[in-house]
Amino acid sequence: MTEIDFLNWVRGPGFQIATIIFVAGVLIRIFEIILLGRKANLAEAKGSEMSSGLRTIVTRSVPQADSFKRSTFTIVTGYIFHIGLFVTIFLYAPHILLIKDIVGISWPALPTPVVDAFAVISIISLLAILIHRFSNKVLHYLTNFEDLLVWFVTIAPLVTGYIAFHRIGFTAPTLLGIHILSVEILMIVFPFTKLMHAFTLFMARWYNGAISGYRGVES
Amino acid sequence: MTNKFDDKNKTLGDTLRSRGISRRSFLKFCAATASMMALPPAMIPKVAHALENAKRPSVIWLSFQECTGCTESLTRSHSATIENLIFDSISLDYHHTLQAASGHAAEAAREAAMEENHGNYILVVDGSIPMDNPGYSTIAGISNYDMLMDTAKGAAAIIAVGTCATYGGIPHAKPNPTGAVSVGDLIKDKPIINVPGCPPIPVVITGVVTHFLTFGTIPELDHIGRPKVFYGQSIHDRCYRRPFYDKGLFAETFDDEGAQKGWCLFKLGCKGPTTYNACATTKWNNGTSFPIEAGHPCIGCSEPDFWDGGGFYKALSMPTENITQTALYTAAGAAAVGVAAGALNRAKKNAATKAHPNTTIEDLEK
Repeated sequence: MTEIDFLNWVRGPGFQIATIIFVAGVLIRIFEIILLGRKANLAEAKGSEMSSGLRTIVTRSVPQADSFKRSTFTIVTGYIFHIGLFVTIFLYAPHILLIKDIVGISWPALPTPVVDAFAVISIISLLAILIHRFSNKVLHYLTNFEDLLVWFVTIAPLVTGYIAFHRIGFTAPTLLGIHILSVEILMIVFPFTKLMHAFTLFMARWYNGAISGYRGVES
Repeated sequence: MTNKFDDKNKTLGDTLRSRGISRRSFLKFCAATASMMALPPAMIPKVAHALENAKRPSVIWLSFQECTGCTESLTRSHSATIENLIFDSISLDYHHTLQAASGHAAEAAREAAMEENHGNYILVVDGSIPMDNPGYSTIAGISNYDMLMDTAKGAAAIIAVGTCATYGGIPHAKPNPTGAVSVGDLIKDKPIINVPGCPPIPVVITGVVTHFLTFGTIPELDHIGRPKVFYGQSIHDRCYRRPFYDKGLFAETFDDEGAQKGWCLFKLGCKGPTTYNACATTKWNNGTSFPIEAGHPCIGCSEPDFWDGGGFYKALSMPTENITQTALYTAAGAAAVGVAAGALNRAKKNAATKAHPNTTIEDLEK
């Protein structure tokens, strides 16, 4: 297999396999969760479920003062790498082209050096998160294999993408192929791990808000 | 007119002088060739000396499943360049497009050259070799495979010219109806220099021949058999439009503002980032320009399977298959499976609820 064969495979059948597993995995899990249903609440509703649910989706994005004080490092680095991921995935011109090719919609990109800077910041914050995970005794105790796997498949596309853009070490087709492959691994691992939070997060927040709304209390 | 014997014993220097090439322009050519091959200036006299005194080497050129574009590239330069004079000055003993002889006489010339120069001739091949059925491509009733294997036996080195000979090229593109393979797929016991391109740059072909004449060895090759001096850098890394890529300024169509301003052609499908060739430096038509300079994206023709990269106008970051369709079909299937799984889960939950024994006050008071 030549490096161009490899590149063509990850751009073709490899991407197809990853898409099938990603889409099927995510949808089946979401359907299962929604269809599980809840017992009918026989108590009288004291407020709106919907408005409280929707509000909570937004308000939970802002950390509360006491929890921010308690876990400043986790929250700050968490925010940095999530914003960095968003910028590198959705505001880099070649990625927008990929999305346009699949979904049909596109938007303006950020200048490449800006995206590059965001990628570096994300990589640094993810490394800091790993160091923190091992240096903090409680976090270390709670860490299992899945946590490390999820960390690895998240940082891998960032690192391989950075290397591919700057063309360090190997030849360009190999570097680009490895980058695309790392994304495919992320897509395959996604539905079966806590990475699913990217979708379930909103459902969970809405539900928390909805329970409070029904009871007429602040969420 | 010189007789055949004299002609064979003429050195390259003699031939060039008889063609009216001055010493000055010959040395200029040597200097240019040396710098192109990344040799130190001290090597220029060596190149000149070796070329001047080189006996015309016998070259057998075999054309298999090809379009003759590689030969055209070499011979159709718009003026008589020193490169094609050098090429004229090798003893091209067999080339079925260029030779006057045909039929049995042509094959006799090939056999004679093979016998006379056994172990010393250079074999040049353009075109791929069909392996599904030998009848797909034959010359004088001889299958391409038989002719290649037979002629390769006595060759000092093999130069595979063009992407068909080096990596299978267009005949090898999916679904590869003839079972086309490259020279390197079949021959493992001879040095093979791959000079891919569709077609390859003429000076790259002559550069490889010059290297062989000067040093008597094959140039340093990369991992897929290409001379590093010509294929060591990607089009992207040497592209004059590279600053626009770095800044994120792209032409979106062939006639928009970006295209007029000469911005990067990545979005229009340019394969420059993954293509290794000398186009951006040596350029074409006597250094006039190269495809990207003419406003067209690189199609990646010096790389294996460039024909199967999902389309020339599809950007490198786009998938080669129809992922929209895959995603939609998968989503439809997954929705059905999800609903079925949900129904099963519900049934399980209801069954569990039913099976759960109710505890009454009497039970507790027991």
